[in-house]
Amino acid sequence: MATTDTQSSTKTMKLEVFRFLPDEGEPPSFQVYEVPYRDDWVVLDALNYIKDEIDGTLSYRWSCRMGVCGSCGMMVNGEPKLTCSAFLRDYYPQQIKVEPLSYFPVIRDLIINMDHFIDKMGEVKTWLIPAEDKPIEDGEYLQTPAQLAKYKQFTMCINCMLCYSACPVFGQNPDFIGPAAIALGQRYNLDSRDGGADERADVLFSDEGIWECTFVGECSEVCPKNVDPAGAIQMAKVTATNDWFKSFLMPGGRKKSGGNK
Amino acid sequence: MDNDSSTPTAAGPVPAKQHIRKMPVNWWLKKPAYLRYMVREITCLFVGGYAMFLLMLAARLDKPEAFETLLASPLAIGLQWVALPFAIYHSVTWFNLTPKVLVIWRGEDKLPGFLIAGAHYAGWLAVSAGLVYFAMSGGTDG
Repeated sequence: MATTDTQSSTKTMKLEVFRFLPDEGEPPSFQVYEVPYRDDWVVLDALNYIKDEIDGTLSYRWSCRMGVCGSCGMMVNGEPKLTCSAFLRDYYPQQIKVEPLSYFPVIRDLIINMDHFIDKMGEVKTWLIPAEDKPIEDGEYLQTPAQLAKYKQFTMCINCMLCYSACPVFGQNPDFIGPAAIALGQRYNLDSRDGGADERADVLFSDEGIWECTFVGECSEVCPKNVDPAGAIQMAKVTATNDWFKSFLMPGGRKKSGGNK
Repeated sequence: MDNDSSTPTAAGPVPAKQHIRKMPVNWWLKKPAYLRYMVREITCLFVGGYAMFLLMLAARLDKPEAFETLLASPLAIGLQWVALPFAIYHSVTWFNLTPKVLVIWRGEDKLPGFLIAGAHYAGWLAVSAGLVYFAMSGGTDG
């Protein structure tokens, strides 16, 4: 055990941690660890303590420890949380249950397989597709503050996937494009410099895109960056509906997506 | 990445075994917000039931007696009492969500959500008041 001789180290707290070791060939189980309680510790600190001092076989992802990288998302007492931002003091003295993010396949312990999510971002094309190609000598693409405001909120996404673990629709249908990938698609669709809305429409406006969403709304509640993916999806539904009507009303009107920028 | 294949590497075969967790059937009981969502979804049955009732009334518009019999039947009155709270819950929850769907920009700022939802409530109130006025005045005219 570590030499933690401070006053607070006399208090301890129990963590019930999901364990899955594929090499052992045994079904997943829960293991309880007792860690020192400190009121300035977060769940990630407790996991690091377990890894360093108690059980080096415990595996989990983490990096920045400050809610920026989006790596340490896990279920804490059934809620998707960034463990670097979930303080022990909010749970003390109750035992804390730590599980891998819901609905994703588990590779080992608290580590989920995120391949499918990365693929979805590729399908949606969550990158800038310039509306007009211009040579570098012509300078930058200018944008007004009002144009920036329309998509800025959606740029805050850190791909932590908490929204997916809060989404029962994703739980039922793993092929649902899902909150973050759709919000990121909107982020570029609403960008005045972007011209890729038509390319994204087939995936974004498909049955497995926005129309799979039944507006549970919890994705926005758990988002640590206030991206509001639920809002992004509903706004995309309005855009898609308007486009659909316009394609009928406008003589020779071609399918145009992306909404007003 | 394949779920069930073992990929041989220099270090030997690596079992790519993943654990898939099943979604519990009672997932909607795990969080109050999920339960509220499920209730919101289920209210549509009552809203739909009331719409059926209105259609049945409409089908009897040319037969005043049959119209009144249906309107006064205990089953119809019971249905309306049950449907009313569900319909109100349905309307309130959806009106509260309107600011997420309807985003109106004024320059760099969004129109505040309470104004969007408020406009819907005001519209609801105006239509309801209009209907009550119509029903009342229609009643006195005979």
